Amino acid sequence: MAMDVEILDDPKHHRYVLNMGPQHPSTHGVLRVLLELEGEYAMELLPVLGYGHRCHEKIAEHKPAKSFMPNTARMDYLGALIYNHGFAQLLERATGIEVPERAEYIRVITSELNRIQSHLLWYGAYLLDLGAFTPIMYAFDDREHILDILEDVTGSRLTYCYFRVGGVSKDIDDKFVTSTRAFIDRLRSRFPMYEGLVNGNVILQKRLIDVGELDPKICSRYGITGPLLRGAGVGYDLRKSEPYSIYDRFDFEVPTETKGDCMASFLVRFREMEQSLRIIEQALDSLPEGPVMAAKVPKKLKIPAGDYNSSVEAPRGELSYYLVSDGTDVPYRLKVRTPSYSNLSVIPEMCQGMLLSDVVSAMGALDLVIPEIDR
Amino acid sequence: MKSYFSELFTGGWSLIVGLKITLKALFTPIVTVQYPREKSVITPNYRGHIDLVKFEDTGTHKCITCGSCMRDCPSDCIVVDGEKREGVKGKFCTVFTLDFAKCSLCGACVEVCPTKTLDYSDEYELAGFARGDFQYDLLKRVEERE
Ligand code: SF4
Ligand code: SF4
Repeated sequence: MAMDVEILDDPKHHRYVLNMGPQHPSTHGVLRVLLELEGEYAMELLPVLGYGHRCHEKIAEHKPAKSFMPNTARMDYLGALIYNHGFAQLLERATGIEVPERAEYIRVITSELNRIQSHLLWYGAYLLDLGAFTPIMYAFDDREHILDILEDVTGSRLTYCYFRVGGVSKDIDDKFVTSTRAFIDRLRSRFPMYEGLVNGNVILQKRLIDVGELDPKICSRYGITGPLLRGAGVGYDLRKSEPYSIYDRFDFEVPTETKGDCMASFLVRFREMEQSLRIIEQALDSLPEGPVMAAKVPKKLKIPAGDYNSSVEAPRGELSYYLVSDGTDVPYRLKVRTPSYSNLSVIPEMCQGMLLSDVVSAMGALDLVIPEIDR
Repeated sequence: MKSYFSELFTGGWSLIVGLKITLKALFTPIVTVQYPREKSVITPNYRGHIDLVKFEDTGTHKCITCGSCMRDCPSDCIVVDGEKREGVKGKFCTVFTLDFAKCSLCGACVEVCPTKTLDYSDEYELAGFARGDFQYDLLKRVEERE
């Protein structure tokens, strides 16, 4: 799509171009969207990417595969552990290393905590975009508890590098278990508060219902995954439809909605937090004893020649790593399929003809994390 | 007309519900920390930049200049060098610098060290004004520490 210069020059059309970003509060990072406006209506939209490009995929081709782990956390800084998980799983699949049972449980528990943390931040930030300042304070209060719990075991607060090929770097202790259980109770008791404060709010409903509708057809055309797809009525969640790690052992639901508008994905994310709590609870109940690292992980991790794939469900959708190896310990090529990139590409079609303020609603509902798009 | 009024009522009521919640929050204890005046407690497992451990028995670090940390670091931030000295087993470490600006706190160096002489520090107030501020001389740091 290109801006039509003839229409722009024609005074009859009253069209003008507006730059949203690269530094705009509602783009959460350096995303720039060129808007062609007619009055207050966005007639054409053109996302401009690349401001935060750091060549992660190229970096992967230059050093031993194991050393790429910290980079995965920098792609999606809100789902760092889940990105760790996908990558660790990729190398384990490639080299046939078995992960001890306890490590798998720890991975699931910390990943789900990470997912809730990501959703809470999205929740606060989205409402901030829509003009409500209070909810982000409440959400950050809860999120802080997760960060403290995770900091105690991983050592970091945001860009975790906790998983290793063959396990996790540090075992969890009783303190972790008790504080996680306390957090589960706390967040559960806060849900009614959120529902009263935000979800039932008339202003929120007016701004989200019927805005940015997506149907399953558009989703499959653009490769949209995650809560947006589930909001459109397709119950596709990798944890259920293609269970990796030990997700098949837990009893949880995949929340779906039917309308596909902003409200649908909003509610899907909100309910997902409860499902993540359920997974954590069950995992804590059945946490086995044992080692957290595989006994034999070679120092130099040679990857047999061939190509490997590993997909996990990130907070924003399906994340895939695809690795081609030529038999050395350095990947020949690593392709990362990040969910936000596909989700973003729907903007021109989804937002065409929308009010400018609705564009902000619709973009917030995509839950974009820009460093993941510009990886 | 009827739906107009019922919408007005439910909408208005939703605002009142929200206001009640924020009003209640006014009387709950403060959860924020007034940072420069107050500091939150840092967990002992916090990963700051790496530091050489001072062992009680020898009064210094135990680096043998094997260079494993330097080789395993994905970001090339460690420079270790040493020389052969009389009466010292292995090599004597003469240079140990960390370029913290490049460090991603991945922990590879700490995990690979055969003598367990690397650990994370618990410092977190690490802002600097120039790139050079992040070139840490870990040997100097371990000597200065009591
Ligand atoms: S923590 Fe990682 S990046 Fe930092 S010095 Fe150690 S190996 Fe290098
Ligand atoms: S790995 Fe340990 S012993 Fe070897 S050079 Fe590094 S700090 Fe010294």
